[in-house]
Amino acid sequence: MSERKIGVYVCQCGGNISDYVDVERVRQAVAEDPDVVVARTAMFTCSDATQEEIVDDIKLDDLDGLVVASCSPKLHTFTFRGVARRAGLNPYRYTQVNLREQDSWAHTDDRLGATEKAIRLVRAGIARTRLLEPLDPTVVETVPRALVIGAGIAGLRAAIGLADIGLGVILIEREAEVGGHVRELGTMYPHDRQGQELISELLGEVRRREGIALFTNAELVRKGGTFGNYEVDIRTRGDSNMTRRFEVGSIIVATGFDSYLPEEGEYGYGIPGVLTLPEFKKLVDASEGPLVYGDRPVRSVAYIYCVGSRQGEGGPHQYCSRFCCTSAVHTDLELRAKSPKAHQYHLYRDMRTYGRYELLYNDSREKGSAYLKFAPDTPPEVQRRGDGQLEVRVHDQLTSQEEVTLDVDLVVLVTGMVPRSNQELIQRLKLPVGRDGFFNEIHPKLRPVETVVDGVAICGACQFPKTAGESVASGLAAVSWSAAMLKQGRAELDPQVATVDPDLCTFCGACTEACPYGAIGQQELGGGRQVAVIDPATCKGCGGCAPLCPEHAINVLGYTGREVEAMIESLAAGVA
Amino acid sequence: MATTMAPPAPTAGTTFSPKILVFSTNNISDPGIDLAGSSHLHYSPRAMTIAVPCSSGIAPEWIAHAFDQGFDGVFIASDGEECSYLTDCSERSAKVFERAQAMMAEKGYAPERLKMAAICSVCAEPFVKYMHEFEAQLLELGPVGVA
Repeated sequence: MSERKIGVYVCQCGGNISDYVDVERVRQAVAEDPDVVVARTAMFTCSDATQEEIVDDIKLDDLDGLVVASCSPKLHTFTFRGVARRAGLNPYRYTQVNLREQDSWAHTDDRLGATEKAIRLVRAGIARTRLLEPLDPTVVETVPRALVIGAGIAGLRAAIGLADIGLGVILIEREAEVGGHVRELGTMYPHDRQGQELISELLGEVRRREGIALFTNAELVRKGGTFGNYEVDIRTRGDSNMTRRFEVGSIIVATGFDSYLPEEGEYGYGIPGVLTLPEFKKLVDASEGPLVYGDRPVRSVAYIYCVGSRQGEGGPHQYCSRFCCTSAVHTDLELRAKSPKAHQYHLYRDMRTYGRYELLYNDSREKGSAYLKFAPDTPPEVQRRGDGQLEVRVHDQLTSQEEVTLDVDLVVLVTGMVPRSNQELIQRLKLPVGRDGFFNEIHPKLRPVETVVDGVAICGACQFPKTAGESVASGLAAVSWSAAMLKQGRAELDPQVATVDPDLCTFCGACTEACPYGAIGQQELGGGRQVAVIDPATCKGCGGCAPLCPEHAINVLGYTGREVEAMIESLAAGVA
Repeated sequence: MATTMAPPAPTAGTTFSPKILVFSTNNISDPGIDLAGSSHLHYSPRAMTIAVPCSSGIAPEWIAHAFDQGFDGVFIASDGEECSYLTDCSERSAKVFERAQAMMAEKGYAPERLKMAAICSVCAEPFVKYMHEFEAQLLELGPVGVA
């Protein structure tokens, strides 16, 4: 066996791992391996201090392999490849071992079992690392232009940001008008600007920039090409049914959300005077003076919170929609400015007026609005009595569960955001969709706008319910992400692709036929012998061709037969 | 000798806990298995996962090797219809499965010791359910290599 000098770092993850796994026992067990030169535990392996310690170890001990046993490879693979690179170690001679998501967190009930599994997993990581060869990524040139899908507030702001940083922008909007939901909003917190006014301003800014091409009534109908240089076909409807093709280096999806629409009869929805929050906001925004509904002044309003949100097991919307508490409280204050004498009752489960929105909540209470807390298993009941009066009954948790009956002129169902149905776009871009139906970023904190699809980012409320301000912030994050990639003019492609061993290949053609990307060609060696050859820039590294080779001549780098079999042997072995 | 390289049968008095090798895929099923952990859903710590790019790239030889090394069961958490690489990933993975079972038959391993199911990137609960069912089935079959 080759003599290697491998460093192994076992992470405690501040207790997320070490509360359930005896990390010191793991460290000792793997330190015995003759190829392991350094074996340490760390409170947080990803911390700057530990990263620098690893860099120092690699340099000092001239390590030629690195194993980090911490969280899922989805989180920190790039972090530790960077550590290896900074220390002069080839980044592909590093293996990430998943001790958190696939061990400590999955076996919180079995410390011994989790510890033994950890030892096996880390040993498998070492076994793989022992066999890893240095790899160099394929470098692709990137087109300095981005496609932004959706011209709501996030997409508009992203387009402006991209243009200002010197990138070309194709901005497409499915509707005839830009601005999405924000266009329809009235006065917005905290600057008291009108939604329409904000959108007009942003649209003006977009039009002022030559680098932005805006298409309305437009949709993405095809994505071709490869990372760094995607070909996108944009079809516009209307007078000219036209399809235009552009080359773009990145794609930013900002397709927004839909508002939850209650079922007929859900909290009385369908009865005149029972409105959703967006419907009510429009009414308040449009009212010049005191609010009138159906020719009668509105003297009392009951808001029912969490309609269509935080649904129990089996419900399609189990998440909290985050923004709606604040939106309802803000609407309360807007109404109070126009109808100061109106009685406003808020029937809530929990209030989530986070950050400075707490000030709005306090303001609303101080001005006399009443807040009544109900329990999820005894929701308020809405009905119209025989005399035509709307009535809401609720058990108030704050006054010893007493049943309170409210006679009100309007009932406002505080509805949240739901994911927009966008099946075609999901298919075309291979967008990852989460359990809640919103698009999934790689990591909400560490890589908050990137997706697993190279060159495709998401921002705004297509990720999860957001306020306009948060949507803009994520739009700008997508700008930074695009710029970091496209301003360099080059991006690296994963070198972990399939390769052919020419000594074994007899060119039967099985692999060539099997590759839908056309990555496998033919090459003539000396003596007229034909062998298959794989283009590393075209190969996606799926390995679908490998099991089809009768000569076992194809391996995916980083997942070779020898590496996988060595891992299997380590996982199967005893832990004593 | 029924099979070579099989681990010794557990000695009397110890309880048999099946060792399961799971093959997952980097973009689809491995995130689903991660989510099971993030949700603190429990399954046997003797189920261990190796992530590969795509389930169509799993060599049948690896599966046979796992049994030779003493794994009692192998579970392929496949990409199913969600594969971002290959539209015919399911068919290709099914062929890998069939070839592996043929190899297992030659070596005398019961075909039920190999399972495959599509696990999506948020399929935490289905994955854990499969693990529980598979573990129960392997408990009935007993340790690999024991007649």
